[in-house]
Amino acid sequence: MVKHKDSVGIVETKYFSFGKTNEELILESGERFGPVTIAYEAYGSLNEEKSNAILILHALSGDAHAAGLHSHNDKKPGWWDEMIGPGKAFDTDKYFVICSNILGGCKGSTGPSSINPGTNKPFALNFPVISINDMVSAQKRLVEYLGVNKLLCVVGGSMGGMQVLAWINKYPQFLASAIPIATCLRHNPQQIAFNEVGRQAIMADPNWKEGNYYSLDLPAKGLAVARMLGHITYMSDVSMAEKFGRQKKESGQPFKFNAADFEVEGYLHYHGDNFVKRFDANSYLYITKAMDNFDATRGKSLAELFKGLKAKVLVIAFKSDWLYPAHQSQEIVKACKLSRVDATYCEIDSTYGHDAFLLETKEETHLITHFLKKAFYKYEVTGKYGL
Amino acid sequence: MDYKDIRLDHQVILRLVNPHSQVLDLGCGNGELLYLLIKEKNCLGQGIEIDEQAIYSCVAKGLNVLHGDIDSGLADYGDKSFDYIILNQTLQQVKHLEPVLDDALRVGKKVIVGLPNFAGYKARIQLFFGGRAPVTKSLPYSWYESPNMHFLSILDFIEYCGQKKIKIEKSEFINEKKPIILFPNIFAQTGIFLISR
Repeated sequence: MVKHKDSVGIVETKYFSFGKTNEELILESGERFGPVTIAYEAYGSLNEEKSNAILILHALSGDAHAAGLHSHNDKKPGWWDEMIGPGKAFDTDKYFVICSNILGGCKGSTGPSSINPGTNKPFALNFPVISINDMVSAQKRLVEYLGVNKLLCVVGGSMGGMQVLAWINKYPQFLASAIPIATCLRHNPQQIAFNEVGRQAIMADPNWKEGNYYSLDLPAKGLAVARMLGHITYMSDVSMAEKFGRQKKESGQPFKFNAADFEVEGYLHYHGDNFVKRFDANSYLYITKAMDNFDATRGKSLAELFKGLKAKVLVIAFKSDWLYPAHQSQEIVKACKLSRVDATYCEIDSTYGHDAFLLETKEETHLITHFLKKAFYKYEVTGKYGL
Repeated sequence: MDYKDIRLDHQVILRLVNPHSQVLDLGCGNGELLYLLIKEKNCLGQGIEIDEQAIYSCVAKGLNVLHGDIDSGLADYGDKSFDYIILNQTLQQVKHLEPVLDDALRVGKKVIVGLPNFAGYKARIQLFFGGRAPVTKSLPYSWYESPNMHFLSILDFIEYCGQKKIKIEKSEFINEKKPIILFPNIFAQTGIFLISR
């Protein structure tokens, strides 16, 4: 395959390990945990002033592979390839772009499927309780290891957006700007409910065996059902109607229970089954719990939340996103207003539902390109410096 | 400072605002005025705008802008959060005008209101002799497409401020090209008021 002209090209996932004895990660629960490995990818290079580093954070099922290809035969580029590369929103000619995987995941970072050095077996449910804040603590170690002492920007959608908010809370001085996309300060009961159904589906699978399935058959059906439910919540009624209609898979007997009748069923089956090949069921349990437990307010009022924050904030929501509805983003905006933080908010008109943050790249590119330029060159309005 | 290439109502507002002020432009459109206030007057500016495409124009200029409607845009701010709230050519389009103006007077130490004058002589002539709803430079819409909800004159607004104990600190009246001194309610297309409570 030829290199895309605006692609970062062939990239590889790298691994950063830390947390030997006495240098462990201190988890929110108070527990010390280590050693820890975090998978990451990096594109572009850190400038001399160390002022151009951007940290990208992925959603629930994402990974560190945000852009480019892993080999010439790769069919699909990284998950946000439209946004990252030379001349793109996260311009790798200009910025040093890091994408970090998460603690508790199964994409090269330490998680429930990793080997517990104490037992030489997978952690499974002996993996410690983790939080979104813990994921961010690990990312902080990673970016410091990469030589960064201040991030130009931290950005992410959905669970990635929660991590952005955790970064703002934990390390406000470390950030020049932040972009939370299609996210919330904390899950509402509906979001928790969907996650709980996903977890129950996994735990109801007889192969789950209290999480001890690693040398046996995987709880494939349970995880697939969890993913199917997830996919429904990532779309909108309009996007589903446009994509599938009431189209049937094939004519003939219209009353099958063991196979997909409708296109939409086939789509869900396909994505459910595929997910099992690339994701660990216990990670799914741990990560969704971390999301449900996350509360960026930590008991503070919205007026207190961003008090004294110097970082500029760009909040993005999508009109048809009913999983992370715009009013949740507006809460973040309200906190910015109350603390008079430099903030921009846009609710992009889209019919894609929650998935829009991966798909509406044209509008996101416009907003993010200009927002980053302003943060990078430190101007109030364009024109002053001939930009 | 010479602002002669700038829209006349923007020139007037630029002169009304003190340098280094904190300004919120409610219904900031594509951000032209807010941009000038920051660039020429070193203001700290925040815009609020409902139109998505206008948001993109604002962001391209480097402005901080929040996507939202005028009716609810101010509610989150504390009292006297800004030196000026600007309502230029927006108030006549707001459904519930009074709560918006009250909120503006609460959140801003001062408020700048720019309004089209419904009683300008061109409008009067069209209405009186033509018998038609007027279409003029400051009221450019036909009756069936007008976003305006309130049709008021300069005198109407002055009278309203008197009734509501709103202090008019300064007022300026303009047509397209120049200030109007005499009989503004007849000859001005636009009235710009610096008010406070």
